[in-house]
Amino acid sequence: MKEKGKGGFGKNVYRRPESLVDVKTHFCPGCHHGIAHKILAETIDRFCLREKTVGVACVGCSVFLYDYIDVDVAEAPHGRAPAVATGVKRAQPDRFVFTYQGDGDLAAIGTSEVIHAANRGENITVIFVNNTTYGMTGGQMAPTTMLGQKTSTSPYGRDFRKDGYPIKMAELLATLEGTAYSARVATSTPAQIRKAKEAVRKAFDMQIKEMGFSIVEFLSTCPTNWGMKPIDAQKRVLGEMSEYFPLGVYKERKQADFL
Amino acid sequence: MSRGAAVIHRTLMKGNEAICAGAIAAGCRFYYGYPITPQNDIPEYMSAHLPRIGGTFLQAESEVATINFILGTSASGRRVMTSSSGPGISLMQEGLSYMAGSELPAVVVNISRSGPGLGGIAPSQGDYFQAVKCGGHGGYRMPVLAPHSVQEMYSLTMLAFDLADKYRNPAMILGDAIVGQMKEPYEQTPYVSSVPAEKPWALTGCAGRPRQHLKSLYLKDNAIEVHNWKLHGKYRRMEEDEVRFENYRLDGARIAIVAFGTAARVSKTAIQWARDEGIAVGMLRPITLYPFPETQVDEVARKVDVVLVIEMNTGQMLQDVKMSTPCHDKIRFLGKPCAMPTPEEIHGEIRRLAGKAE
Ligand SMILES: Cc1ncc(C[n+]2csc(CCOP(=O)(O)OP(=O)(O)O)c2C)c(N)n1
Ligand code: SF4
Ligand SMILES: [Mg+2]
Repeated sequence: MKEKGKGGFGKNVYRRPESLVDVKTHFCPGCHHGIAHKILAETIDRFCLREKTVGVACVGCSVFLYDYIDVDVAEAPHGRAPAVATGVKRAQPDRFVFTYQGDGDLAAIGTSEVIHAANRGENITVIFVNNTTYGMTGGQMAPTTMLGQKTSTSPYGRDFRKDGYPIKMAELLATLEGTAYSARVATSTPAQIRKAKEAVRKAFDMQIKEMGFSIVEFLSTCPTNWGMKPIDAQKRVLGEMSEYFPLGVYKERKQADFL
Repeated sequence: MSRGAAVIHRTLMKGNEAICAGAIAAGCRFYYGYPITPQNDIPEYMSAHLPRIGGTFLQAESEVATINFILGTSASGRRVMTSSSGPGISLMQEGLSYMAGSELPAVVVNISRSGPGLGGIAPSQGDYFQAVKCGGHGGYRMPVLAPHSVQEMYSLTMLAFDLADKYRNPAMILGDAIVGQMKEPYEQTPYVSSVPAEKPWALTGCAGRPRQHLKSLYLKDNAIEVHNWKLHGKYRRMEEDEVRFENYRLDGARIAIVAFGTAARVSKTAIQWARDEGIAVGMLRPITLYPFPETQVDEVARKVDVVLVIEMNTGQMLQDVKMSTPCHDKIRFLGKPCAMPTPEEIHGEIRRLAGKAE
């Protein structure tokens, strides 16, 4: 698979990626879904995959993926995107297949589907956006909600005695044989964004090289439901969120050693 | 497998296996499922046969995953099938609703068992409401075909694929443990497609065309209302064009049985015995449970003295029979939840009713 080298973009680093549709998004100010979308679109362009890609949208604030990313998209029931992607990839192994999922979608209702897709080594790529809450439904507690975090259904703060602990999906999925790549990134500084791009590029590369399941977890913001200004939401990601959910690469298959 | 199109093979097979043969003949190359009695012969057959012909068999981690594998492969424009029974079909309801909403074809086989809950593995027709009224949310319909022989397990499966593609909608085969496990010879008639093979709506990557989507979310303005009317129009066309039924020995009948699937198959034996004794009895057998042969039920009900509805449940299709005709005073019911009525039982009921009717 040919990559458009860095040179292809020249100095024009802020150009809108071809695969990103030129419309206003519905995301709230300070929401990082938009950044994840842009990185996704850039990587699709980088590998010249726009016309070979089938995306699977989840149910959450990112359900309108199909309005923003200029590729074929199927909409999955809440949590089931990895199963839908499995059905697409098994039918069309030569297409690039990705899902884009929130933390309620992937780490609560869809835990089973993502674990088994990873365990099968399903050759798909998952973009997982963790904002520690159910954004779309108004900021309820998610499995990723931090201890003590107040949400509309944990008004006294999340208590581990009652609700258990925030779940670390990037680490959990890295333990599975079928997972080729698992990383956690953030998009709160330009340096982090560069690392996030690199992680998504690697995740794409795993699928292109038929190495198995790849996932990139994005630590993201939800200023609206966190009740924070965008700048404070950034600080939360850089602070307590990255402390509990450490950034890094948890698994990276070097060659097809699983064969 | 048939090698030359002109040769028709007569084969001895189980009903469940005939479904697989029908699916493969109709070009289905993808099967996904999760084990459950009494339909395990279907995934077992498919896991053995599909890989040999370049197809894909995949065992899912649950029926929730299964129906979503199905959604993905259907969205890719391929013919795809799953099978299950009661509890598994219940888990597929959300996915079926999404598929109906997204207008995605697939064939779903329910070799039904008794319920509710874990129920039992005895044959049953207790899933009639779930199948025919559609158990998922939002109000949708799907063609439901009720085979009563191994021959029909084969041929109605082929038809189900055509109906699914024609209407871009899931279609269901509603069987039970008896028609599933029953072995009898049948003719492997070649598949003749009645629908175009092209699926321009499929998601294959947007090379040379604008991107396209398959979705069921419609938030803007009254888009969801428009979408509902569109779907409704499709269901109306199914009701106009797809009703299928069998009139069995209804000539001069004073008693008309209405039964489907296994209950209908057993009724045929009882009807023969009664006819041999000179009792004028016949049967209207719905082959499509949705769309239901309403007009035909009404026509028959007006002509006869008694309409005897026989089901392996406590009375579900009975409601559709009542909806089809105003002749309610003629309707009688024989129900056997979770068991097959014997020919003797049905014959006894016919005799009793004949005594009253003549
Ligand atoms: C079966 C089902 N249950 C519940 C919902 C309602 N629902 C829609 S989005 C959502 C949560 C979304 O949260 P997340 O996945 O974290 O995405 P975000 O909006 O935060 O990006 C829920 C519970 C649904 N659509 N389907
Ligand atoms: S509600 Fe939260 S996750 Fe959703 S768009 Fe707004 S900020 Fe983003
Ligand atoms: Mg979320």
